[in-house]
Amino acid sequence: MSVKNQGLYDVQWEHDACGIGAVVDIAGKRDHSIIEYGKEILLNLHHRGAAGADETTGDGAGILFQIPHEFFAAESQRLGFALPAPSQYGVGVIFGSKDGQIREQCDKILEGAIIYYGMKILGQRDVPVSNSCLGPIALAAEPSIKQIFVDGDGLADEMFECRLYLARKRAEKLVRENLGDNGRDFYVTSLSHKTICYKGMFMAWQLFAYYPDLANPLVKSALAIVHQRYSTNTFPNWQLAQPFRCIAHNGEINTLSGNRNHIRAREVKMTGEIFGDNISDLFPVLTPGGSDSACFDNVLELLVRAGRSMPHAIMMMIPEAFGAKYHISTDKRAFYEYHSSIMEPWDGPAAMVFTDGRLIGGTLDRNGLRPCRYLVTTDGLAVMASEAGVIEFPPEKICMKGRLQPGKMFLVDTVEGRIITDNEIKSKVARQKPYRRWLEENRIELRGLFDSPELVSSDPETIAQRMCAFGYTREELKMVLTPMAVNGQEPIGSMGDDTPLAVLSDKPKLLFNYFKQLFAQVTNPSIDPLREGLVMSLMSFAGKKRNILDETPQHCRQLKLPHPILTSADIERLRSVKRSDFKVVTIPAVFDVNVSDIADSLRRSLDSLVDAAESAVKDGASLIIISDRDISATKAPIPSLLATAAVHHGLLGRRVRGEAGIIIESGEPREVMHFCLLCGFGANAINPYLAFEVLDELHRQGELPAGMEPSRIADNYIAAVKKGILKTMSKMGISTLRSYHSAQLFEAIGLNRDLIDKYFIGANSRISGIGLSEIARESLARHKSAFDKNVTGLLDLDFGGDYHFRHNGEQHLWNPTTVSKLQHAVMFEDANAYAEYAKAINDQTQKLYTLRGLFEFVPGQPVPIEEVEPAGEIVKRFCTGAMSHGSISKEAHECIAVAMNRIGGMSNTGEGGEDPSRYVPLPNGDSKNCAIKQIASGRFGVTIHYLANAKELQIKIAQGAKPGEGGQLPGHKVTDEIAKLRYSTPGVTLISPPPHHDIYSIEDLAQLIYDLKCANPDAKVSVKLVSEVGVGTIAAGVAKGNADEVLISGHDGGTGASPLSSIKHTGCPWELGLAETQQTLVMNNLRGRIKVQADGQMKTGRDVVIAAMLGADRFGFGTAALVAIGCTLLRKCHEGACAFGIGTQDIELRKRFAGRPEYVERFMFFVAEEVRQIMAKLGFRKFEDMVGRADRLSMRKAIEHWKAKGLDFSVIFHQPDVSDGRAIRLTCLQPVRTKDNLDWQLLEKAGAAIDEKKKTVIEMPIRNINRTVGAALSHHIVRKFGPEGLPDGTLELIFRGSAGQSFGAFLAPGVTLKLIGESNDYLGKGLSGGRIVVKTPDNTPLMAHENIIVGNTLLYGATAGEAFVNGMAGERFAVRNSGAIAVVEGVGDHCCEYMTGGTVVVLGKTGCNFAAGMSGGIAYVLDEMQLFDTLCNLDMVELESVWHQKDKELLHNLIEQHLKWTGSKQAARILDTWQDMVGKFVKVIPTDYRKALQKMRADEQRDTETTPATEEVFYAGT
Amino acid sequence: MPELRGFLKYKRQAVKYRPIEERIGNFKEFDLPLTPDDIAQQAARCMDCGLPFCHGVGCPLKNYIPDINDLIYKNRWQQACELLHTTNNFPEITSRVCPAPCETACTLSINDEPILIRHIEYQIVERGFAEGWIKPVPAAKITGKQVAIIGSGPAGLAAAQQLARAGHKVVVYEKDEHIGGIMCYGIPDFKLEKHIIDRRLKQLTDEGIEFQTGVEAGKDISIQYLQKMFDCICLTMGAGQPRDIAIPGREYENILPAMDYLRGQNKLIVGELANGFESVTAKGKNVVIIGGGDTGSDCVGTARRQEAKEIHQLEILPKPPETRPQDTPWPNWPRIMRTSSSQEEGCERRWSITTKKFVGERNQIKGLRGCEVEWMKKPNGWEIRELTGTDFVIKTDLVLLAMGFLHVMHNGLIKDLHLQLDGAGNVAVNNYQTSEPSVFAAGDTVSGASLVVRAINSGREAAAAIDRWLIQKG
Repeated sequence: MSVKNQGLYDVQWEHDACGIGAVVDIAGKRDHSIIEYGKEILLNLHHRGAAGADETTGDGAGILFQIPHEFFAAESQRLGFALPAPSQYGVGVIFGSKDGQIREQCDKILEGAIIYYGMKILGQRDVPVSNSCLGPIALAAEPSIKQIFVDGDGLADEMFECRLYLARKRAEKLVRENLGDNGRDFYVTSLSHKTICYKGMFMAWQLFAYYPDLANPLVKSALAIVHQRYSTNTFPNWQLAQPFRCIAHNGEINTLSGNRNHIRAREVKMTGEIFGDNISDLFPVLTPGGSDSACFDNVLELLVRAGRSMPHAIMMMIPEAFGAKYHISTDKRAFYEYHSSIMEPWDGPAAMVFTDGRLIGGTLDRNGLRPCRYLVTTDGLAVMASEAGVIEFPPEKICMKGRLQPGKMFLVDTVEGRIITDNEIKSKVARQKPYRRWLEENRIELRGLFDSPELVSSDPETIAQRMCAFGYTREELKMVLTPMAVNGQEPIGSMGDDTPLAVLSDKPKLLFNYFKQLFAQVTNPSIDPLREGLVMSLMSFAGKKRNILDETPQHCRQLKLPHPILTSADIERLRSVKRSDFKVVTIPAVFDVNVSDIADSLRRSLDSLVDAAESAVKDGASLIIISDRDISATKAPIPSLLATAAVHHGLLGRRVRGEAGIIIESGEPREVMHFCLLCGFGANAINPYLAFEVLDELHRQGELPAGMEPSRIADNYIAAVKKGILKTMSKMGISTLRSYHSAQLFEAIGLNRDLIDKYFIGANSRISGIGLSEIARESLARHKSAFDKNVTGLLDLDFGGDYHFRHNGEQHLWNPTTVSKLQHAVMFEDANAYAEYAKAINDQTQKLYTLRGLFEFVPGQPVPIEEVEPAGEIVKRFCTGAMSHGSISKEAHECIAVAMNRIGGMSNTGEGGEDPSRYVPLPNGDSKNCAIKQIASGRFGVTIHYLANAKELQIKIAQGAKPGEGGQLPGHKVTDEIAKLRYSTPGVTLISPPPHHDIYSIEDLAQLIYDLKCANPDAKVSVKLVSEVGVGTIAAGVAKGNADEVLISGHDGGTGASPLSSIKHTGCPWELGLAETQQTLVMNNLRGRIKVQADGQMKTGRDVVIAAMLGADRFGFGTAALVAIGCTLLRKCHEGACAFGIGTQDIELRKRFAGRPEYVERFMFFVAEEVRQIMAKLGFRKFEDMVGRADRLSMRKAIEHWKAKGLDFSVIFHQPDVSDGRAIRLTCLQPVRTKDNLDWQLLEKAGAAIDEKKKTVIEMPIRNINRTVGAALSHHIVRKFGPEGLPDGTLELIFRGSAGQSFGAFLAPGVTLKLIGESNDYLGKGLSGGRIVVKTPDNTPLMAHENIIVGNTLLYGATAGEAFVNGMAGERFAVRNSGAIAVVEGVGDHCCEYMTGGTVVVLGKTGCNFAAGMSGGIAYVLDEMQLFDTLCNLDMVELESVWHQKDKELLHNLIEQHLKWTGSKQAARILDTWQDMVGKFVKVIPTDYRKALQKMRADEQRDTETTPATEEVFYAGT
Repeated sequence: MPELRGFLKYKRQAVKYRPIEERIGNFKEFDLPLTPDDIAQQAARCMDCGLPFCHGVGCPLKNYIPDINDLIYKNRWQQACELLHTTNNFPEITSRVCPAPCETACTLSINDEPILIRHIEYQIVERGFAEGWIKPVPAAKITGKQVAIIGSGPAGLAAAQQLARAGHKVVVYEKDEHIGGIMCYGIPDFKLEKHIIDRRLKQLTDEGIEFQTGVEAGKDISIQYLQKMFDCICLTMGAGQPRDIAIPGREYENILPAMDYLRGQNKLIVGELANGFESVTAKGKNVVIIGGGDTGSDCVGTARRQEAKEIHQLEILPKPPETRPQDTPWPNWPRIMRTSSSQEEGCERRWSITTKKFVGERNQIKGLRGCEVEWMKKPNGWEIRELTGTDFVIKTDLVLLAMGFLHVMHNGLIKDLHLQLDGAGNVAVNNYQTSEPSVFAAGDTVSGASLVVRAINSGREAAAAIDRWLIQKG
């Protein structure tokens, strides 16, 4: 059974995440205990998996291990056939159809394939199963399962494995070809003479209950890989359970579509000696319908079977970062660079365990965003898993503990019987061929190191004309190009995008504007391109690609590009290359406009463009330059994106794409988005020649600062583009341009099927829209404006008006009429003015803005308006947007909060904390307490007290204006007031990281939800997502993760500050995302237990009703509420210069704030009344009856608009089948999953003592399944005693064992958690004053400071408290710490990242990128090797020695404390030789922080404060 | 954009006038322009709003005000001048006589003082002329089409210039001796000196526009002639029909429409009136002006300069409030108490006054009888009630009727062409095209009396419509 694509649901967007584990007897001794350990790992990772709507169907679990010969020998005997010696036969596990006839056909094909390859089937065995444990969903999809035994007929080792592989691929192919969809249940789980896999749609425990085989003591193996899946949907698919044949994967391949295309392009060139003429049986290499992990497995398997070692193949596919900031061997760097010319990274967060039956290993991707811990016992057992403590061993038995580090590998060779270190593996692989020499001799580079780019001087005669032809606008020159050239980065703007979608605009839009960038949310993390840029790379190779199954020096005979932007001089240099083995051909990309059928002209030009490219390739071209320089009065440029995609897909289709690189020489691209699209759809490099000319023209005209060198201008511009591309890639969690290239990570809105299927194959476009003829018409309009009028200068360009309103420019929904009418309505309580306002927005018969503007209600039997639910009830469904106090002023923030509390709606703190004084109601009964408290990636102000005072806790995953990005509040905006709320220092920059560092996957989100529900058991938890294709499946995952509400934001939501390209080009309208969410939730039968909210340019009652019908229960208003209190869309929030005291912290400007809560109340009531009128007209009495009634919506008939008439909204209005009575709206509450929390026991034991503040000590054992210990307890404490909690030392809890995730999260003052053992990730998350001690057990043979004792991402967002860790920590220790004091004996990468306050002492080794984005606080690091500065990110901090008496005292004191709490030997050693050791410490202090501290000290000594610290710190530097 | 927080740093600096004693002695303009540095500061106050109401709703011409301010702030006057001319054909006129609805719509006018938009425009255009930046822009190609424009007021001239630049041959017919219509004959010199118009006419002539003065279309040349000679005719004769007052005594001499009075003074200045042929002067007279609007105000200033003895100005509406009232909220043009420079020069203003009767001896006016009224809101509009016991008499020997205009004159062309009219008596148009396809109309002719800036805009839009129509017609 499988679910088909329907409505907006598309199976390709399913995501999964997982728990993985591996266990191995290093000496290779086979034993049943290994299987048992595998089981234990899985059972203890249960919480990382998820259950479906029926709560009993798991998303998938499985185990991969060595073939248990003893067991099968016995079984074969029983079944009446004989097996040869071990390794002489292969075993296959086959899933088959329940339909006997089909099964028989498949069996025959499989047998035929085996015979074809000279092997034979010895016998088969029906695998005994016990399906009584299965949930109904899994049961419905259950296949028949059998095993076959294949005689290798003398084949051995790799050749045998290869034949089995060929036979399997042949059988799969033939089944597909002969049976079509009937063969969909045929699946070879494994077919190998080394390994075997048991898997299915299970929760962990069901795997073992289902397969009795696994309990048989004869089933013995020296190694096992286990996997537990958490998928975002609950549609059953047994085949997608893991492990696959080689791997188990926790993570997500973000670049899958690009990787798929590249693999397809490579197939034509593939030859492998071992496969001989049969290679075509392997194609397609990627099994259709496979998940990302399955595809990865397919390719890995291919590379290994073709002769590469498994570590080598893994290194090709998941290369570690090898940028200049890494200290790695030259040979290794060369290895990676060489391989980057033949294979792009399979990019995305990945923890991968793999085995070929002999080797077993694990690796992490370069970012290391998935956890993997390992340990080695004194008995020679190695265990690797997503969490520590999955198998309990007595401390004295553990001789090594560690974690997989980013990009590193851990490998056990069971034949050699030893662990092979990362260094050893990689140096061996990197030196097996002379890669370095091959590279030096073959790669082609464009320019030397010191050449700086030049601006080509413009031709003033024609430049204005050409600018018109390419659709340049005056606004772009001013708001986009000039800032890029001057500042070297993309311009920033504020507020939302209220212009029409390209397909609804009357203006001729560039084709670029029809696309929206995709971005990562929840299922994988975005990257910080600034602070973690060291893992990223724009380098790529362009040219002829060769056989991927082979390695020769010629493989790297390609053009090496440091980044994809070529100057006009570069392109000339390339064109002049005259070499037989590297030919460059230029093909013009223009079309004739002097014809009657312009669309046909464009079509024919595209066809001949592709033909020309193909023949160029066949003539041996290595690079094709597609150029639109030939425009003229009769020739218009083919839109560069169309030309690029057409050639890319054309060559792919003709199977020659790998033969040449594609370079775009075009006057059209100028913005970051343009370059991203061109790369994303297949361009290897781009020369934006006109952009360079325009910059020269601007320079000539004096628009750029006088004295700027032309080369500097070009440099800045290129730098801005590069940063922008990195940012765009990072939003999707992609690190290298090589894997971003042709990955098509965009969604088209308003392009029709034909166009997509011909030129943008595989791209998403869900509501159809324009085709080639409209594109041609738009080109023609631009061409006419250029050549049909008297062009005299830049003033003849259109103004544009995409960012700022201009008459004759693009339309804006917020225009003089709507803004002023709304203000009149709320100020004078004028219902007529509101009606005019609403009409101006709702009536889009003349001007189109939004998709919903084209909707119509299906009429119904009207009801009297008196019978309709009162407005007072409806407004309770309304919320205001998450605007932080920081993005808006205190006055505005409180005004909105008071208003929403009065009407029973909800206001939102936004990402900035909240002044605790607001929790106390005002004397007049008003309350400034925001009902919704947001938890964003910066965790500013997120304390236990904050959480405890919320009605709803909202996890902000993404924001409509800039999904996938972080933020930065520059120091000059961090006033005393803001600093107080955010627990930071005035004048010190605050950075919000792009991802939540405790959410790298869906199971992490579930963990955070669990944490929050512990921290406030009374609050509901909501998760804010942004509409994009696939958001529905993420919402399903959120529902399964136990959230109470999911918020779908439109792309057009507001912002206090975002890059303009993000505001414009990321995310989709909420109509699409909301409908997809509703459909997917209903299909998964999850809708009944989760609320849905929508927001994004929500303005009127009609908007509300439409959102309700598409599935929303609640509605958010952001900008509209601001307009009600005086905003007139100055769009100056990012400058803090709001003249109405709203988007500013400036005292002078804030005095001008004139908004009143009544205005907001009135607005909400006006909207609610409008809702009631519509309800009455349509015949709804209760609001909830409208929810999910998409059948009451239809598309407006007879749409005349030349572009919009091609749209088709049927997918939006689709309703899944609910004939079984499943819910389409909220019907019940989420199950309470925190019942098993340890804190309830603790409260029972110590509750009374706590309430009396009595000193209490409790001791308990602990396991990794005991998560979030201390949060619920802390909630209890702050509810009772306020933020001060208990006096220090009141409560001491001592645990022994391995603690689960989030140990000590949000711990309140007065509580000490002492853990003797180890802990997992997120220890001390949001620590709010408590103390956490982690101590290595006394009886262990481990050296504490050399072994991992706690996991990743510790003390994330801690505001106060202490942590003493007697061992090493993983990645991101003390990330975004803003007040906690911590001592640790060693850390991984990115320690103290984004830290804004507090003190960290590291008594041992550190990883790289220490102090990235650290703007406050102090760290002391023991630097015995004197190499710390090479590991530290020095962008924002300074290093000094510890010489000041105060520093010395502080450090000594902290180490003493550490010794006292943990008994650390390292601490004792340091204190014993203090005089020698103190000199080896380095003090890390952020530059701004030091200034702020000095300023604060100076102020203390002064009597009166004259200047706020903010100004002095900031302005001193300027 | 100009300077962030510029509006906090710099205050609005209003334009000052020459002292009253000095200026009423002649008919010269009396603004005291700001220095270039001051102007840069004033431009720096502009916030470059994301949603600029000045441009969006304030200015009928949709001048690119934020962009112009930006250029001025950057000291790029020539580009500012060019940009200004992309939307406004005659900024030297608007920057002198426009009431500047852009400024009352400026977002700063909500809680601060607006940008000095009009005066910045004045400075730009004056500098443009002084530096020689304002040059003829001849058409790039000639279409061979011919258009007649009837009437040379702001609408006619704007239409003429736009059409000429689009390559059409344009002839402007003006019944008076001088080109300019209301700009020449209606607006007093102290607000707009006539050489300002001549300066611009030179550009228009150089762009190929032909002017025929002293020719009244429909009278001196027939409509048949025009229709034969031209592909298209555009009517821009203004809304010449003044609103009159039908009360006893209206027939006395020296009760005349304000426009006739202003026209007389203007003709005097341009030298059209030969010696001996006297216009009506206020010299030594007690003048009563009925009507409190701009025309009335122009009469005040003119009468003052003609050395009137006493000047009364009567307004039927109540006295407006000092601050923006609820009924005209931002960004609307606020109904507030304003004092024009002319009123400042001395006159007695009264509000809520209705005139009931003129009294006189023989045919001479001697006095005016009126009373106070009260305005009451009724379901279908406002109602006026006379207040008993408030009757009064003003002694007067010159009454000027400045109560606005009704519509275009209906005799002549309009009648000959049998053009359809709208309910208000204006020429009915659909996108500037009248009921006669080859006849277009613009300006006050179609809208009724309005601002110069609206007339220019109307002329531009009509020109665009005509251009499209001519091209389509082929």
